[in-house]
Amino acid sequence: MQEIIDQLAASIRAAAAANAPLCIRSGGTKDFYGQQDKGRDGAGGSILDPSAYAGIVDYEPTELVVTARAGTRLGQLETELNGRGQMLAFEPPHFGAAATLGGCIATGLSGPRRASAGAVRDFVLGVRMLDGRGDDLSFGGQVMKNVAGYDISRLMAGSLGTLGLLLEVSLKVLPLPAEERTLRLSMSEAEAVEMMNRWAGKPLPVSATCFCDGELTVRLSGATSAVRAARAVLGGEEITEETSFWESIREQAHPFFRSGKQLWRLSIKSTTAPLSLPGKQLIEWGGALRWLSVDAGMDNEAVQALVRKTARDVGGHATLFRSRTPAAAVFHPLPPAMMNIHRRLKEKFDPMRIFNPGRLYPEL
Amino acid sequence: MNDALELVKKLRTFLPVESVLHETEDVRPYECDGLSAYRQTPMIVALPRTEDEVAEILKVCHALKIPAVARGAGTGLSGGALPHPQGMLLSLAKLKSILGIDAAARTARVQPGVRNLAISEAAAPYGLYYAPDPSSQIACSIGGNVAENSGGVHCLKYGLTVHNILKLRVLTIEGELLEIGSDGLDAPGYDLLALMTGSEGMLGIVTEVTVKLTPRPEKAQVVLAAFEDIRDAGNAVANVIGAGIIPAGMEMMDRITTGAVEEYVHAGYNTEAAAILLCESDGAEEEVAEEIERIDEIMRQSGATEVRISRDEAERVRFWAGRKAAFPAAGRVSPDYYCMDGTIPRKNLASVLAGIEALSAEYGLRCMNVFHAGDGNLHPLILYDASHPGELELTEEFGAKILRMCIEAGGTITGEHGVGIEKINQMCSQFKTGELEMFHAVKAAFDPESLLNPGKAIPTLRRCAEQGAMHVHRGKEKFPQLPRF
Repeated sequence: MQEIIDQLAASIRAAAAANAPLCIRSGGTKDFYGQQDKGRDGAGGSILDPSAYAGIVDYEPTELVVTARAGTRLGQLETELNGRGQMLAFEPPHFGAAATLGGCIATGLSGPRRASAGAVRDFVLGVRMLDGRGDDLSFGGQVMKNVAGYDISRLMAGSLGTLGLLLEVSLKVLPLPAEERTLRLSMSEAEAVEMMNRWAGKPLPVSATCFCDGELTVRLSGATSAVRAARAVLGGEEITEETSFWESIREQAHPFFRSGKQLWRLSIKSTTAPLSLPGKQLIEWGGALRWLSVDAGMDNEAVQALVRKTARDVGGHATLFRSRTPAAAVFHPLPPAMMNIHRRLKEKFDPMRIFNPGRLYPEL
Repeated sequence: MNDALELVKKLRTFLPVESVLHETEDVRPYECDGLSAYRQTPMIVALPRTEDEVAEILKVCHALKIPAVARGAGTGLSGGALPHPQGMLLSLAKLKSILGIDAAARTARVQPGVRNLAISEAAAPYGLYYAPDPSSQIACSIGGNVAENSGGVHCLKYGLTVHNILKLRVLTIEGELLEIGSDGLDAPGYDLLALMTGSEGMLGIVTEVTVKLTPRPEKAQVVLAAFEDIRDAGNAVANVIGAGIIPAGMEMMDRITTGAVEEYVHAGYNTEAAAILLCESDGAEEEVAEEIERIDEIMRQSGATEVRISRDEAERVRFWAGRKAAFPAAGRVSPDYYCMDGTIPRKNLASVLAGIEALSAEYGLRCMNVFHAGDGNLHPLILYDASHPGELELTEEFGAKILRMCIEAGGTITGEHGVGIEKINQMCSQFKTGELEMFHAVKAAFDPESLLNPGKAIPTLRRCAEQGAMHVHRGKEKFPQLPRF
């Protein structure tokens, strides 16, 4: 395995020496996410594929910690955990069987359980990585509590490969819930936002919510007795196809996600009243996540500006999650003071700016 | 001294007289934080009342190249708020307003000087509370909690500070405002919220924190189990977690600790036992009943010689009172004590405790062990007498060896107290040169001239070279022949 690291480090050093960008890519399941970068549009860049560096390094269920190599298939990792009665509680989307752990951490995307259990970054305990000089560095560790040094491991979550190449990641894992039930209730969007927030303020085992087309779908997870008691409080009809439903939301296979030309992701304050925007919406995360599907003909700059402003006005931000217009800005613009810090961090981790240049922001 | 007077004059152009202290007797109270073995009077103390005043002060520091050390309630245990002799101690104690509670969105917006417990008190009427509960929660400030990424006894289930904050307002050393995080569940760009949390006041000054509030569970109940062998207690912890239970709290104390606290608070502990475990369940009535029954059974199967379940809230509070009194109890049985904060993978608990016992005999110093057993965070309390010449130095050496053992066991030198000035040498053992360089680079990205809390948390490479510390990298290279899974 060390030979693979040596090879990857050599590729990085060569790229740094030649000032040639690298596009980090394993399974390629999340190619659509982020801005088009130099490495992909052929500006002298090449693919850096760490998928050979795969496998679980250490897993002891009673420690609630798993350490795996970045090239490990996400599906394989989850199968191993499930076999021992545990899970990745942030319920990451795969977007394809080839999805790897490295891509999961680098994109920082979490699934339906996020609002109750936490995000990818909340479960990251440590990383081993190669920086832009090809140096092999480790941060964090394999224990739950660790405040030695700055939290560089969590910084890697969602950094889209722009700060370094992940080699290994240690994650906190949680037991699978003893019981899961999914209920469906008919109501208006405004009522749904209110109900989701009201439930979240009570000690109820709500583990996922989704509102779409006048129906609020709610998943309860936990001890059998707690789920039974909560089921009585919430009411509604129990649905039988619950696993496939939540998978269709997580993997964006649900018809909503295929309906428009552009898919926006608005991360906002959970109590925000229904947003008045063109297109269709689907709500997750107790109201804190609003997906917006925009039809053809409305994927113009005026609509983009409106979406960004709407998200900003309610304390959040908007991401152009899927688009057929490659040149459009994907992530919410940062204020100058924040961009300064971002630029300086990028410079420290990747001085030659070879990792995924421009994929997060054109400046990085 | 001239520097000080010039600075005082500059600051008093926009601060009232009482907000700028420089006479020795006025700055003396700020000479140390909760780690009183390290003392240093600052050149000057500033006590701003608003974010604007903090910004103006930082601009002055930046212009005059004066180091600034932020301080909250001063309860920190690693000397993170130890003043700089030629610097300013920036007290945020006057920024102590709860700016708003949004009960529907379950958030509170507070200034950094607000006490941890005050947030939960203010949220109580809405059935909500702020989950991280460091033992100093009556006194410690939320700004300090952010700086240290504080935990508490409930963090296995409810998370650390980093998991329970949503947004920060931070001033850079240039006095420029950064809004980090958002009112949603994430923010665009790099996760600076994670980077700021636990950064020990070295990247920026936090002027406002938006915290997440958690619904108060319907019920909580605790199991108190006694063990004749500390290894059985360790296995009991693994067995509870292996059974798919995440307890709200899981604490272990050894015999010397139970003896000390029992005498002090009469919690009803079995003082004959080698170790006792407190294991709490919280949630809905039915859920707690179900979980407590399973925990009871697991404790017995794991070899507990005695298992008691709290019968009511008063008894639950009494069982916990002993754990919460562990530190003061150490102060009663010894003139001084030194609290360590390593974290280890729990499976190595028995060997680390045996190692501590051997060191205790070698140094002739007693050591009490309290342990956040659920998450592997050990707090050995070394008992010593500072009035005996050389005993503090011996204690520090003993402590350093414990931390080294934690690294060798695959753990870390600090779980929740921070590095500060106290554990700065041990950082050389835990991290390689390249990693330490990256930490310095991250600081430079925020504070290129190193004016914010300089000299803390991250050792210079020269310091590491001088002490000749051998690098022990999380035990990684220790057993390369073992199969790993």
